Amino acid sequence: MKLTIPEQELMEKGHMACLGCGGSLAMRYLLKALGKDTMMAIPACCWAVIPGVFPYSCLEIPLQYVAFEATGAAISGMEAALKAKGKKDGVTVVGWAGDGGTVDIGIQALSGAVERGHDVKYVCYDNEAYMNTGIQRSSATPKGAWTTTTPVGNTRFWKQTNKKNIVEIMAAHDIPYACTASVAYPEDLIKKAKKMKDIKGPCYMHIYAPCPTGWKYPPEKTIELSRLATESCIFPLYEVTYGKYKINKDIKDEKKKPIIDYLRSQGRFRKLDEETIRSLQKHVDDEWIKLKKKVECFGEE
Amino acid sequence: MKKVLSGNSAAAYGSMLVRAEVISAYPITPQTKIVEKIADLIANGEFKTEFVKVESEHSAMAAAVSASLVGARTFTATSAQGLLLMHEILHWASASRTPIVMVNINRGLAPPWSVWADQTDSIAQRDTGWMQFYCESCQEVLDTMIQLYKVAEDKDVLLPAMLSEDAFLLSHTSEIVDIPDQEKVDDFLGTFDPEYKLDVNRPMSFGSLSMPHQYYYEFRYKIAEAMENAKNKIIEVERDFEKVFGRSYGGFLDLYRCDGADIVLVAAGSMSSTIRIAVDEMRDKGHKVGLARLRVFRPFPVEEFKKLAKDVKIIGVLDRSFCFGYEGAFFTEIKSALYNMDDRPLVKGYVVGIGGRDVTLDVIFEIIDDCMKTTDTKEESFKWIGLKG
Repeated sequence: MKLTIPEQELMEKGHMACLGCGGSLAMRYLLKALGKDTMMAIPACCWAVIPGVFPYSCLEIPLQYVAFEATGAAISGMEAALKAKGKKDGVTVVGWAGDGGTVDIGIQALSGAVERGHDVKYVCYDNEAYMNTGIQRSSATPKGAWTTTTPVGNTRFWKQTNKKNIVEIMAAHDIPYACTASVAYPEDLIKKAKKMKDIKGPCYMHIYAPCPTGWKYPPEKTIELSRLATESCIFPLYEVTYGKYKINKDIKDEKKKPIIDYLRSQGRFRKLDEETIRSLQKHVDDEWIKLKKKVECFGEE
Repeated sequence: MKKVLSGNSAAAYGSMLVRAEVISAYPITPQTKIVEKIADLIANGEFKTEFVKVESEHSAMAAAVSASLVGARTFTATSAQGLLLMHEILHWASASRTPIVMVNINRGLAPPWSVWADQTDSIAQRDTGWMQFYCESCQEVLDTMIQLYKVAEDKDVLLPAMLSEDAFLLSHTSEIVDIPDQEKVDDFLGTFDPEYKLDVNRPMSFGSLSMPHQYYYEFRYKIAEAMENAKNKIIEVERDFEKVFGRSYGGFLDLYRCDGADIVLVAAGSMSSTIRIAVDEMRDKGHKVGLARLRVFRPFPVEEFKKLAKDVKIIGVLDRSFCFGYEGAFFTEIKSALYNMDDRPLVKGYVVGIGGRDVTLDVIFEIIDDCMKTTDTKEESFKWIGLKG
């Protein structure tokens, strides 16, 4: 059988992630695609801990740990310095951050970095809450989810608002490339990462990276759950290349799964009532239609 | 080559002379002329650098730290609110051992809005692990920038350095400035090539988690040690600078007519020029008054103050800042430096010039007069000068 995933490992054994961590798989695949000539900035997030305690690191690339809100600025500085030193050719500069570090506290620096047009690749591994600090809601947490700051007691105080759509925000910056990817579809992820590497200019990748600890599901279900998220159109796989939309994993109407299976497989949605589930389903359906319309209107010829 | 330059333009020319490879900066009054001048120099093809026009001061400093870790000579400039927004990354810069040089225009902090001279912004960054220099003239700004890169990039120092200029009084005051030959500056500074850097051919991590039983404690000690090493380096670099460029500024304490002085005023920044005039007038009248201009606040010149204090009866300290809850920082620290001396002079503290309030000759004479009237040398003295009723 022909292997489509590169054999090279730049993430070695001995990492400190939880069992079943989607974010760890995401890093492993990304580095397989980008190769060793990669320089990375990581802010506060699970991945500030996962590589290991000083002086050990499971990542075989140059790496700077940066302040929570600073990833976009850090990779801008790296890229500028490499250019100034005449060392930029062949080197991929990557910002690797969690959802909180991307959609909340880091959004300003990220927006600035891509607007300035640096040749940087920003990758968000999205586990839909502040997981490293112990499961607090972020603006990437979906509506209806339990977190430690949206606890579900008698008052059903789950997250009240929808997830921020950062991929569209990035696409609206008119950057060369913005895409989603999922740990359940490694070949798609690797293909997109290689595409980013070849594009000169700012690119954004948003990786669906489930967290068994925070979402309350058995660790062996990470891939199954990720696939379900895409098959029920909660997390569609798509890309926007120079403004052109393309769905990478089309879900035919008759094959589109209801979100109830996805919700029921995770403890964080355990107490949702029928009415809320109906409203969540409607939101997913509306967003899926919206995305398909974009492909229709702004798809590749 | 001589040119008429403002303090801001001197800083911009300084960044070009040191051949800063990466500049990341965000505009703020009264620093704007620095970034504008740099942009002009680049646009005219005179200055080749990577100028990252960031979206905030926080990003300016974060980008500077990463650029420096890649091995680029890095410059930035800011003022007041901008410096405060950088605060988190100021610590990051020193703990990453990145020898960034930054010009800060000392300006009052809001609210209420003020864009005028006040040193509270930089004094509030005292504990960030940055060296701090305060300048009096445009020439000194340019020369100190060259000196600072030499000190900061030394392998026994590797700490960032901040150069402060009073808002408008220096940033917007134009003077004739001698711009040294590029070749001389190149020879003096050399290139920046740190031993440890972000490099795909030699991958390593910067800033990994360190447990309490490991090395965090020692990393912090190393910063303290580097600050001590900087003391000798600052003196050495200024001596070498004088040999090559023929100018010097007194190292830590710029002493003016302190020989045989009974009363010495200590101040930093632009008001020192006014004090020089007051000192001359007092000396003409036969009063033994001098000025010790505090040029370096971090590392703090403990030994220099002890030496000065040996032959002086009263030290009057002028703070253009205030640490709410306890005095002005210069006053407190000078007293602390002298505390263990057997025969120490009386130290008196004065707050002046907050929010750009003019520090006039009359203000200086009032302070000198207050010092001269002091008879009880055990008296504790601290006051705000010129408060309105």
